[in-house]
Amino acid sequence: MSNLDQLRRRGKPRLIDMTSAFRRLCSEAGLLSVFASRTIRGVLRRPFELKEIVHQIVEIGWRSLPLVIMSGLAIGVVLSMHTRATMDRFGAEALIPTALAIALLSETGPLMTGLLVAGRVGAGIGAELGGMKITEQIDALESLAVDSFHYLAVTRVMACMIALPILTTVMNFSGLIGGYLAETVISGVSLRAYFRQAFQDIAFADYVLPTLKTTVFGFIIGTVSSYLGYTATGGSEGVGRASTRSVVLSSMLLIVVNVVLVRIIQMLVRDHAL
Amino acid sequence: MSVPVQAIRFENVSKSFDGRRVLENVSFDVPQGTACCVMGRSGTGKSVTLKLLMGLLKPDSGRIYVNDTELAALDSRELVEIRKTMGFLFQYSALFDSLSVAENVAFPLRRHTRMTEGDIQASVRERLAEVGLDNELDKMPLDLSGGMRKRVGLARALALEPSILLVDEPSSGLDPITTLEIDNLLMNLKAAKHTTMVVVTHNIPSARRIGDSLVVLHEGHIVVQGKAEELDKSKHEVVRQFMESAEGRLTHGVI
Repeated sequence: MSNLDQLRRRGKPRLIDMTSAFRRLCSEAGLLSVFASRTIRGVLRRPFELKEIVHQIVEIGWRSLPLVIMSGLAIGVVLSMHTRATMDRFGAEALIPTALAIALLSETGPLMTGLLVAGRVGAGIGAELGGMKITEQIDALESLAVDSFHYLAVTRVMACMIALPILTTVMNFSGLIGGYLAETVISGVSLRAYFRQAFQDIAFADYVLPTLKTTVFGFIIGTVSSYLGYTATGGSEGVGRASTRSVVLSSMLLIVVNVVLVRIIQMLVRDHAL
Repeated sequence: MSVPVQAIRFENVSKSFDGRRVLENVSFDVPQGTACCVMGRSGTGKSVTLKLLMGLLKPDSGRIYVNDTELAALDSRELVEIRKTMGFLFQYSALFDSLSVAENVAFPLRRHTRMTEGDIQASVRERLAEVGLDNELDKMPLDLSGGMRKRVGLARALALEPSILLVDEPSSGLDPITTLEIDNLLMNLKAAKHTTMVVVTHNIPSARRIGDSLVVLHEGHIVVQGKAEELDKSKHEVVRQFMESAEGRLTHGVI
């Protein structure tokens, strides 16, 4: 048998594996899209489950605050140190607060918040709904005449969409405070002077649009993790898998969709500082 | 409006999973106010039968009627209304593990009634007293034994006072005394409230106690259907094995 034949023989099963993997991927993407469109329809449909949404905002938003604040402070300090190292070379230390504010508000704050929430909340929703699925609690909800999809998935997606912009604002503010702490140790700048400098060249739209894009991040995190929890199979191993995949898939989608959102924001506001 | 005689009607129902036929042309009726026990070996579609009845699964073919209403013809809102008239006790209770015992039982009342909080609490106590657990209101499901969880599950299933109760293996994993207690609860319920029941069980003494009629499923088909005496008369091998196991005479089984 020639080398080419051997290669063909080895290559064939691999091709079949790849084909079935691609088919599975397409099928999964299709099911996720159907789940997402059902979620969008569910948001507009009664009952609005306000009590459950508030409960989930507390679970998702309030309980993420310590993580977001601590991360924001640390990111602010690190960004400030990096910015100083760069600005120093050009004698532009006075622009450090402005540069830090631009970096935080336009990209670092929203993206870092999205990734942190994808890690903490995505894993939580995936594991919680996956656990409910395999212990028949979702069936129990249905048997008690409750639309489980609306009660569990739609409320969590809504809560993520509401909590993300708020958490991003907290992250931005914490980052600026972290930056100030780093700066005041080195240069002794006052709080008032630091913040005046930071917001000098920033318009309200520069904050609003990048912060609002995190509602899309919230939709991605809530939908992906709810979908994976809802479709979990195979006992506790399946729950663990749903939890891990929720974090990986929502983080990946979030980073990719961010590229599109940044481009859209740039097209919408051509002349702003960011 | 005339009252339907048959609370539940299965007409030639078939259901498959991944190409494996679990139920094939299964037909049976459950008259109002009676209990039907569905028996059979594991994997013969007993729990699937209950989930089809609750509309949690859809049949591949055939028709299922609940109080003369065909389930497949209902939209999601109408299905919700039908489900309010039914209760489901799951095999492993399926209690909401983030809610306490009292909150689990109160859950359907808070969702579907306009009762005041005081009335809800009173109703929860009453339901839990019926199953002998009115002292365990604040416990979490994970702190309860299997039998207690089952009784809480029953209290929750009965919270809306359903006219139809579906029970999935009430005695699995329970000692004979707790099994007898749960059987008595179900029999009292049938006698006092005229509740229609479909009870999936492996336990022949339980089935004899609770069931007005019995259905034995094997390989997707009904092999025996009728009163308890039909079981005694049946020559079907699986039924014979069931009977022998109940009498402690089974020494080997056919796999």
